[in-house]
Amino acid sequence: MDNSERIALRVNGTECEVVTAAARPVLEVLREDLGLTGTKEGCSVGVCGACSILVDGTLMSACLMPVGAVGGREVTTVEGLAGDDGRLSPVQQAFLECGGFQCGICTPGQVVAATALLRESPRPAPEEVRNWMMGNICRCTGYYSIVSAVLKAADATAAQAGEQA
Amino acid sequence: MRLPDYHRPTTVAETLDLLADLGDEAELLAGGTSLVNMAKLGLAEPQHVIALGGVPELHGLTGVDGGLTLGAMATIRDVETSLPVRDLAPGLAEAASHVATVRIRNQATVGGNLVHADPNQDLPPMLMVHDAVARIRGPQGVREVPVTDLFLGFFETVVEEGEILEAVHVPAPPAGLRTTYLKFLPRTKDDYPTVSVAAGLAVADGRVTDVRLAVAGGGATPLRCRAAEEVLAGSDGGADAVAAAADALAGELEPISDGRGSARYKTEMARVSARRVLDRLLQEAAA
Repeated sequence: MDNSERIALRVNGTECEVVTAAARPVLEVLREDLGLTGTKEGCSVGVCGACSILVDGTLMSACLMPVGAVGGREVTTVEGLAGDDGRLSPVQQAFLECGGFQCGICTPGQVVAATALLRESPRPAPEEVRNWMMGNICRCTGYYSIVSAVLKAADATAAQAGEQA
Repeated sequence: MRLPDYHRPTTVAETLDLLADLGDEAELLAGGTSLVNMAKLGLAEPQHVIALGGVPELHGLTGVDGGLTLGAMATIRDVETSLPVRDLAPGLAEAASHVATVRIRNQATVGGNLVHADPNQDLPPMLMVHDAVARIRGPQGVREVPVTDLFLGFFETVVEEGEILEAVHVPAPPAGLRTTYLKFLPRTKDDYPTVSVAAGLAVADGRVTDVRLAVAGGGATPLRCRAAEEVLAGSDGGADAVAAAADALAGELEPISDGRGSARYKTEMARVSARRVLDRLLQEAAA
Protein backbone atom coordinates (compact mmCIF):
# COMPACT_ATOMS: atom_id res chain seq x y z
CA MET A 1 0.00 0.00 0.00
CA ASP A 2 1.25 3.47 -0.85
CA ASN A 3 2.32 5.32 2.25
CA SER A 4 2.32 8.81 0.77
CA GLU A 5 0.69 11.53 2.80
CA ARG A 6 0.14 15.27 2.64
CA ILE A 7 2.86 17.17 4.47
CA ALA A 8 2.67 20.92 5.02
CA LEU A 9 5.87 22.87 5.50
CA ARG A 10 7.12 26.40 5.09
CA VAL A 11 10.00 26.80 2.66
CA ASN A 12 11.72 30.18 2.34
CA GLY A 13 8.68 31.89 3.79
CA THR A 14 6.15 30.21 1.51
CA GLU A 15 3.60 27.64 2.68
CA CYS A 16 4.04 24.43 0.69
CA GLU A 17 2.30 21.11 0.59
CA VAL A 18 3.85 17.94 -0.75
CA VAL A 19 2.38 14.47 -1.17
CA THR A 20 5.07 11.94 -0.45
CA ALA A 21 6.32 9.28 1.95
CA ALA A 22 7.28 11.03 5.17
CA ALA A 23 10.49 9.02 5.45
CA ARG A 24 11.83 10.51 2.22
CA PRO A 25 14.83 12.81 2.77
CA VAL A 26 13.90 16.47 2.67
CA LEU A 27 16.83 16.94 0.24
CA GLU A 28 15.00 14.90 -2.39
CA VAL A 29 11.72 16.66 -1.78
CA LEU A 30 13.32 20.10 -2.10
CA ARG A 31 15.08 19.23 -5.33
CA GLU A 32 12.59 16.97 -7.07
CA ASP A 33 9.15 18.01 -5.80
CA LEU A 34 9.70 21.71 -5.14
CA GLY A 35 12.30 22.40 -7.86
CA LEU A 36 14.71 24.00 -5.38
CA THR A 37 17.94 22.61 -6.78
CA GLY A 38 20.23 25.04 -4.97
CA THR A 39 20.61 22.51 -2.17
CA LYS A 40 23.09 19.97 -3.50
CA GLU A 41 23.58 16.28 -2.92
CA GLY A 42 27.22 15.50 -2.17
CA CYS A 43 28.18 12.62 0.10
CA SER A 44 24.61 11.86 1.19
CA VAL A 45 25.82 10.79 4.65
CA GLY A 46 26.01 14.10 6.50
CA VAL A 47 29.73 14.69 6.11
CA CYS A 48 30.24 17.13 3.22
CA GLY A 49 27.73 19.90 3.94
CA ALA A 50 26.57 20.40 0.33
CA CYS A 51 22.96 19.90 1.44
CA SER A 52 23.12 22.35 4.37
CA ILE A 53 19.74 23.92 5.14
CA LEU A 54 18.26 25.79 8.07
CA VAL A 55 15.35 24.23 9.95
CA ASP A 56 13.74 26.80 12.24
CA GLY A 57 17.01 28.69 11.83
CA THR A 58 19.25 25.78 12.86
CA LEU A 59 21.85 24.37 10.48
CA MET A 60 21.04 20.79 9.43
CA SER A 61 21.89 18.19 6.78
CA ALA A 62 18.94 17.80 4.40
CA CYS A 63 20.19 14.37 3.30
CA LEU A 64 19.74 12.93 6.81
CA MET A 65 16.39 14.49 7.57
CA PRO A 66 13.12 12.83 6.63
CA VAL A 67 10.60 15.31 5.28
CA GLY A 68 8.20 14.13 7.98
CA ALA A 69 10.53 15.69 10.54
CA VAL A 70 10.18 19.17 9.04
CA GLY A 71 6.39 19.13 8.75
CA GLY A 72 5.06 22.41 10.16
CA ARG A 73 8.56 23.84 10.47
CA GLU A 74 10.37 26.62 8.62
CA VAL A 75 12.95 25.45 6.10
CA THR A 76 15.42 27.92 4.61
CA THR A 77 17.49 26.99 1.57
CA VAL A 78 20.05 29.03 -0.33
CA GLU A 79 17.21 30.28 -2.55
CA GLY A 80 15.68 31.98 0.48
CA LEU A 81 18.65 34.12 1.47
CA ALA A 82 18.49 36.98 -1.03
CA GLY A 83 15.98 39.79 -0.47
CA ASP A 84 12.63 39.83 -2.31
CA ASP A 85 14.11 42.46 -4.63
CA GLY A 86 16.87 40.03 -5.60
CA ARG A 87 19.49 41.86 -3.55
CA LEU A 88 22.07 39.37 -2.31
CA SER A 89 22.47 38.74 1.40
CA PRO A 90 25.68 40.03 3.00
CA VAL A 91 27.08 36.49 3.00
CA GLN A 92 26.29 35.96 -0.68
CA GLN A 93 27.74 39.36 -1.58
CA ALA A 94 30.93 38.64 0.37
CA PHE A 95 31.39 35.24 -1.30
CA LEU A 96 31.05 37.00 -4.65
CA GLU A 97 33.54 39.73 -3.76
CA CYS A 98 36.11 37.36 -2.21
CA GLY A 99 35.79 34.68 -4.86
CA GLY A 100 34.70 32.28 -2.13
CA PHE A 101 34.13 29.48 -4.63
CA GLN A 102 35.79 27.69 -7.48
CA CYS A 103 33.66 24.97 -9.12
CA GLY A 104 30.66 26.08 -7.07
CA ILE A 105 29.06 22.78 -6.07
CA CYS A 106 29.71 23.31 -2.36
CA THR A 107 28.85 27.01 -2.46
CA PRO A 108 25.14 26.88 -1.53
CA GLY A 109 26.00 24.78 1.51
CA GLN A 110 28.89 27.08 2.43
CA VAL A 111 26.66 30.13 2.18
CA VAL A 112 23.89 28.57 4.26
CA ALA A 113 26.38 27.39 6.90
CA ALA A 114 28.02 30.82 7.08
CA THR A 115 24.60 32.45 7.41
CA ALA A 116 23.85 30.21 10.39
CA LEU A 117 27.20 31.07 11.99
CA LEU A 118 26.74 34.83 11.71
CA ARG A 119 23.25 34.64 13.16
CA GLU A 120 24.63 32.89 16.20
CA SER A 121 27.95 34.73 16.41
CA PRO A 122 27.91 38.03 14.47
CA ARG A 123 31.63 38.82 14.92
CA PRO A 124 33.43 35.46 14.88
CA ALA A 125 37.20 35.16 15.23
CA PRO A 126 38.93 33.48 12.25
CA GLU A 127 39.44 30.32 14.31
CA GLU A 128 35.72 30.18 15.11
CA VAL A 129 34.93 30.54 11.40
CA ARG A 130 37.29 27.69 10.51
CA ASN A 131 35.88 25.50 13.26
CA TRP A 132 32.27 26.11 12.22
CA MET A 133 32.87 25.86 8.47
CA MET A 134 34.89 22.64 8.90
CA GLY A 135 31.68 20.74 8.21
CA ASN A 136 31.46 22.11 4.67
CA ILE A 137 33.98 20.48 2.41
CA CYS A 138 35.35 22.27 -0.66
CA ARG A 139 37.09 19.72 -2.85
CA CYS A 140 38.66 22.52 -4.87
CA THR A 141 40.18 23.43 -1.47
CA GLY A 142 39.25 27.08 -1.78
CA TYR A 143 39.11 27.46 1.96
CA TYR A 144 41.18 30.62 2.28
CA SER A 145 38.72 32.67 0.24
CA ILE A 146 35.76 31.04 1.96
CA VAL A 147 37.03 32.06 5.41
CA SER A 148 37.81 35.56 4.07
CA ALA A 149 34.27 35.81 2.70
CA VAL A 150 32.69 34.85 6.01
CA LEU A 151 34.80 37.42 7.89
CA LYS A 152 33.97 40.05 5.28
CA ALA A 153 30.27 39.28 5.58
CA ALA A 154 30.55 39.76 9.35
CA ASP A 155 32.22 43.14 8.81
CA ALA A 156 29.62 44.18 6.23
CA THR A 157 26.74 43.17 8.48
CA ALA A 158 28.24 45.08 11.42
CA ALA A 159 28.82 48.18 9.25
CA GLN A 160 25.24 48.00 7.97
CA ALA A 161 23.91 47.74 11.52
CA GLY A 162 26.10 50.74 12.46
CA GLU A 163 24.63 52.85 9.63
CA GLN A 164 21.12 51.99 10.69
CA ALA A 165 21.77 52.73 14.36
CA MET B 1 12.10 0.90 -3.12
CA ARG B 2 9.31 1.30 -0.61
CA LEU B 3 10.15 3.73 2.16
CA PRO B 4 9.21 2.82 5.72
CA ASP B 5 5.93 3.91 7.25
CA TYR B 6 6.42 6.96 9.44
CA HIS B 7 4.82 7.17 12.86
CA ARG B 8 4.54 10.27 15.01
CA PRO B 9 3.78 9.44 18.63
CA THR B 10 3.31 12.36 21.01
CA THR B 11 3.96 10.56 24.30
CA VAL B 12 6.36 7.93 25.59
CA ALA B 13 3.39 5.68 26.39
CA GLU B 14 2.24 5.87 22.77
CA THR B 15 5.81 5.15 21.63
CA LEU B 16 5.93 2.00 23.76
CA ASP B 17 2.56 0.86 22.33
CA LEU B 18 3.90 1.32 18.81
CA LEU B 19 7.07 -0.61 19.67
CA ALA B 20 4.94 -3.42 21.10
CA ASP B 21 2.71 -3.53 18.01
CA LEU B 22 5.40 -3.26 15.37
CA GLY B 23 8.10 -5.38 17.00
CA ASP B 24 11.40 -5.74 15.21
CA GLU B 25 10.05 -4.16 12.03
CA ALA B 26 10.30 -0.74 13.70
CA GLU B 27 13.20 1.54 14.57
CA LEU B 28 13.12 4.65 16.70
CA LEU B 29 14.17 7.81 14.85
CA ALA B 30 15.76 10.63 16.86
CA GLY B 31 18.11 12.98 14.97
CA GLY B 32 18.58 10.61 12.06
CA THR B 33 22.36 10.92 11.89
CA SER B 34 22.83 7.24 12.72
CA LEU B 35 19.63 5.51 11.64
CA VAL B 36 19.31 7.23 8.25
CA ASN B 37 22.93 6.39 7.44
CA MET B 38 22.53 2.80 8.66
CA ALA B 39 19.48 2.48 6.40
CA LYS B 40 21.40 3.93 3.45
CA LEU B 41 24.12 1.35 4.03
CA GLY B 42 21.56 -1.45 4.23
CA LEU B 43 22.55 -2.14 7.85
CA ALA B 44 19.04 -1.25 9.05
CA GLU B 45 15.94 -2.04 7.03
CA PRO B 46 13.01 -0.86 9.11
CA GLN B 47 9.51 -1.24 7.71
CA HIS B 48 8.42 1.41 10.19
CA VAL B 49 10.16 4.36 11.74
CA ILE B 50 8.84 5.86 14.94
CA ALA B 51 9.85 9.53 14.91
CA LEU B 52 10.43 10.95 18.38
CA GLY B 53 10.58 14.66 17.49
CA GLY B 54 7.02 15.20 18.69
CA VAL B 55 7.41 13.59 22.12
CA PRO B 56 7.96 16.52 24.52
CA GLU B 57 8.80 14.23 27.47
CA LEU B 58 12.00 13.20 25.72
CA HIS B 59 13.22 16.73 25.08
CA GLY B 60 14.95 19.12 27.41
CA LEU B 61 17.97 19.37 29.55
CA THR B 62 17.29 20.29 33.14
CA GLY B 63 18.96 20.62 36.50
CA VAL B 64 17.65 18.05 38.97
CA ASP B 65 18.76 17.62 42.60
CA GLY B 66 22.07 19.31 41.95
CA GLY B 67 22.63 17.10 38.90
CA LEU B 68 21.40 17.18 35.33
CA THR B 69 18.86 15.23 33.35
CA LEU B 70 19.52 15.06 29.64
CA GLY B 71 16.43 14.06 27.70
CA ALA B 72 17.03 11.45 25.03
CA MET B 73 16.16 14.06 22.38
CA ALA B 74 18.51 16.74 23.74
CA THR B 75 20.98 17.38 20.96
CA ILE B 76 24.75 17.08 21.28
CA ARG B 77 24.84 20.82 20.56
CA ASP B 78 22.51 21.38 23.54
CA VAL B 79 24.99 19.51 25.73
CA GLU B 80 27.87 21.53 24.31
CA THR B 81 26.28 24.95 24.80
CA SER B 82 23.88 24.72 27.73
CA LEU B 83 24.88 26.74 30.77
CA PRO B 84 23.80 24.12 33.33
CA VAL B 85 26.08 21.56 31.65
CA ARG B 86 28.96 24.01 31.40
CA ASP B 87 28.59 24.88 35.08
CA LEU B 88 28.15 21.41 36.48
CA ALA B 89 29.99 19.18 34.03
CA PRO B 90 32.31 21.28 31.87
CA GLY B 91 34.14 18.15 30.71
CA LEU B 92 30.89 16.85 29.27
CA ALA B 93 30.34 20.07 27.34
CA GLU B 94 33.94 19.80 26.13
CA ALA B 95 33.48 16.19 24.97
CA ALA B 96 30.26 17.19 23.18
CA SER B 97 32.11 19.96 21.35
CA HIS B 98 34.37 17.31 19.77
CA VAL B 99 31.51 15.42 18.10
CA ALA B 100 31.64 15.63 14.29
CA THR B 101 30.64 19.08 12.99
CA VAL B 102 28.27 21.71 14.31
CA ARG B 103 25.66 20.68 11.75
CA ILE B 104 25.70 17.09 12.99
CA ARG B 105 25.73 18.22 16.63
CA ASN B 106 22.55 20.19 15.86
CA GLN B 107 20.85 17.00 14.73
CA ALA B 108 22.38 14.12 16.69
CA THR B 109 20.85 13.41 20.10
CA VAL B 110 22.05 12.09 23.45
CA GLY B 111 19.71 9.10 23.30
CA GLY B 112 20.52 8.30 19.70
CA ASN B 113 24.23 8.56 20.41
CA LEU B 114 24.02 6.10 23.29
CA VAL B 115 21.83 3.46 21.67
CA HIS B 116 23.78 3.64 18.41
CA ALA B 117 26.66 2.34 20.53
CA ASP B 118 29.52 2.88 18.17
CA PRO B 119 32.50 2.31 20.49
CA ASN B 120 34.35 5.34 19.13
CA GLN B 121 31.88 8.06 20.17
CA ASP B 122 32.97 11.03 22.28
CA LEU B 123 30.11 11.31 24.77
CA PRO B 124 30.00 7.86 26.44
CA PRO B 125 33.43 7.92 28.15
CA MET B 126 32.72 11.30 29.73
CA LEU B 127 29.24 10.15 30.83
CA MET B 128 30.98 7.15 32.44
CA VAL B 129 33.40 9.45 34.25
CA HIS B 130 30.38 11.31 35.61
CA ASP B 131 28.72 8.10 36.82
CA ALA B 132 25.76 8.97 34.59
CA VAL B 133 22.74 6.67 34.66
CA ALA B 134 20.48 5.87 31.72
CA ARG B 135 16.73 5.64 32.33
CA ILE B 136 15.19 2.94 30.18
CA ARG B 137 11.43 2.51 29.95
CA GLY B 138 9.66 -0.58 28.71
CA PRO B 139 6.29 -2.32 29.04
CA GLN B 140 7.27 -3.49 32.54
CA GLY B 141 8.22 -0.02 33.75
CA VAL B 142 11.46 1.85 34.27
CA ARG B 143 14.93 0.56 34.97
CA GLU B 144 18.09 2.50 35.55
CA VAL B 145 21.40 1.36 34.12
CA PRO B 146 24.74 3.12 34.66
CA VAL B 147 26.16 4.25 31.31
CA THR B 148 29.23 2.20 32.27
CA ASP B 149 27.08 -0.96 32.03
CA LEU B 150 24.99 0.09 29.03
CA PHE B 151 27.11 -1.34 26.23
CA LEU B 152 27.35 -5.00 25.25
CA GLY B 153 29.30 -4.89 22.00
CA PHE B 154 29.59 -3.15 18.65
CA PHE B 155 26.29 -1.32 18.08
CA GLU B 156 24.69 -3.26 20.91
CA THR B 157 23.31 -2.09 24.25
CA VAL B 158 21.23 -3.55 27.07
CA VAL B 159 18.21 -1.64 25.75
CA GLU B 160 15.88 -4.43 24.63
CA GLU B 161 13.29 -4.63 21.90
CA GLY B 162 10.20 -2.80 23.08
CA GLU B 163 12.17 -0.46 25.33
CA ILE B 164 13.26 3.14 24.95
CA LEU B 165 16.17 4.99 26.53
CA GLU B 166 14.30 8.10 27.66
CA ALA B 167 16.89 10.13 29.57
CA VAL B 168 20.34 10.18 31.12
CA HIS B 169 20.89 11.48 34.62
CA VAL B 170 24.24 13.06 35.45
CA PRO B 171 24.56 13.24 39.24
CA ALA B 172 26.12 16.27 40.92
CA PRO B 173 29.87 15.68 40.78
CA PRO B 174 31.58 15.48 44.18
CA ALA B 175 33.29 18.70 45.27
CA GLY B 176 36.83 18.94 43.97
CA LEU B 177 36.38 16.61 40.99
CA ARG B 178 38.12 17.96 37.90
CA THR B 179 37.45 16.43 34.51
CA THR B 180 39.02 16.58 31.10
CA TYR B 181 38.80 14.89 27.73
CA LEU B 182 41.59 14.17 25.28
CA LYS B 183 40.66 13.10 21.78
CA PHE B 184 43.46 11.76 19.63
CA LEU B 185 42.67 11.79 15.97
CA PRO B 186 45.26 11.89 13.25
CA ARG B 187 42.83 12.44 10.39
CA THR B 188 40.20 15.18 10.07
CA LYS B 189 38.77 16.94 13.10
CA ASP B 190 35.20 15.80 12.44
CA ASP B 191 36.12 12.12 12.64
CA TYR B 192 35.77 9.68 15.47
CA PRO B 193 38.91 9.41 17.59
CA THR B 194 41.56 6.80 17.01
CA VAL B 195 41.34 6.62 20.76
CA SER B 196 40.20 9.09 23.40
CA VAL B 197 40.43 9.25 27.18
CA ALA B 198 38.03 10.94 29.59
CA ALA B 199 39.25 11.48 33.11
CA GLY B 200 38.06 12.78 36.46
CA LEU B 201 40.33 13.40 39.43
CA ALA B 202 40.24 14.86 42.92
CA VAL B 203 43.22 15.44 45.19
CA ALA B 204 43.23 16.23 48.91
CA ASP B 205 46.19 16.55 51.27
CA GLY B 206 48.59 15.31 48.60
CA ARG B 207 46.63 12.11 47.90
CA VAL B 208 44.42 11.16 44.98
CA THR B 209 41.01 10.79 46.61
CA ASP B 210 38.91 10.16 43.51
CA VAL B 211 39.91 8.98 40.05
CA ARG B 212 37.78 7.98 37.08
CA LEU B 213 39.06 6.92 33.66
CA ALA B 214 37.19 5.84 30.55
CA VAL B 215 38.20 5.21 26.96
CA ALA B 216 36.56 5.37 23.54
CA GLY B 217 38.05 3.43 20.65
CA GLY B 218 39.65 0.88 22.94
CA GLY B 219 37.52 -2.13 22.03
CA ALA B 220 34.02 -3.28 21.14
CA THR B 221 32.49 -0.82 23.62
CA PRO B 222 33.50 2.35 25.39
CA LEU B 223 35.11 1.25 28.63
CA ARG B 224 35.46 2.47 32.21
CA CYS B 225 38.99 1.48 33.22
CA ARG B 226 38.61 0.37 36.84
CA ALA B 227 42.00 -1.37 37.10
CA ALA B 228 43.82 1.83 36.19
CA GLU B 229 41.68 3.77 38.68
CA GLU B 230 42.64 1.35 41.45
CA VAL B 231 46.32 1.82 40.71
CA LEU B 232 46.11 5.58 41.12
CA ALA B 233 43.52 5.87 43.91
CA GLY B 234 45.13 6.74 47.24
CA SER B 235 48.55 7.34 45.66
CA ASP B 236 50.50 10.60 45.76
CA GLY B 237 49.84 11.16 42.05
CA GLY B 238 53.59 11.17 41.33
CA ALA B 239 55.15 10.27 38.00
CA ASP B 240 55.50 6.58 38.91
CA ALA B 241 51.87 6.27 39.96
CA VAL B 242 50.69 8.01 36.80
CA ALA B 243 52.84 5.79 34.59
CA ALA B 244 51.58 2.67 36.38
CA ALA B 245 47.96 3.79 35.96
CA ALA B 246 48.51 4.51 32.26
CA ASP B 247 50.05 1.05 31.84
CA ALA B 248 47.10 -0.53 33.63
CA LEU B 249 44.68 1.37 31.40
CA ALA B 250 46.47 0.19 28.26
CA GLY B 251 46.28 -3.36 29.61
CA GLU B 252 42.50 -3.18 29.93
CA LEU B 253 41.92 -2.41 26.25
CA GLU B 254 41.28 -4.72 23.32
CA PRO B 255 41.15 -2.33 20.38
CA ILE B 256 40.58 -3.48 16.84
CA SER B 257 42.84 -2.56 13.94
CA ASP B 258 41.04 -0.37 11.44
CA GLY B 259 41.49 2.71 9.27
CA ARG B 260 42.13 4.85 12.35
CA GLY B 261 45.10 2.78 13.49
CA SER B 262 46.33 -0.68 14.37
CA ALA B 263 45.39 -2.26 17.68
CA ARG B 264 48.93 -1.78 18.93
CA TYR B 265 49.00 1.87 17.91
CA LYS B 266 45.67 2.54 19.61
CA THR B 267 46.88 0.86 22.78
CA GLU B 268 50.05 2.94 22.83
CA MET B 269 48.17 6.16 22.15
CA ALA B 270 45.72 5.33 24.92
CA ARG B 271 48.67 4.91 27.28
CA VAL B 272 50.15 8.25 26.21
CA SER B 273 46.75 9.98 26.36
CA ALA B 274 46.04 8.62 29.84
CA ARG B 275 49.35 9.99 31.08
CA ARG B 276 48.63 13.37 29.52
CA VAL B 277 45.12 13.75 30.96
CA LEU B 278 46.29 12.68 34.40
CA ASP B 279 49.25 15.06 34.29
CA ARG B 280 46.93 17.86 33.22
CA LEU B 281 44.48 17.23 36.06
CA LEU B 282 47.21 16.79 38.67
CA GLN B 283 48.84 20.05 37.61
CA GLU B 284 45.50 21.84 37.83
CA ALA B 285 44.88 20.37 41.26
CA ALA B 286 48.33 21.52 42.44
CA ALA B 287 47.98 25.04 41.04
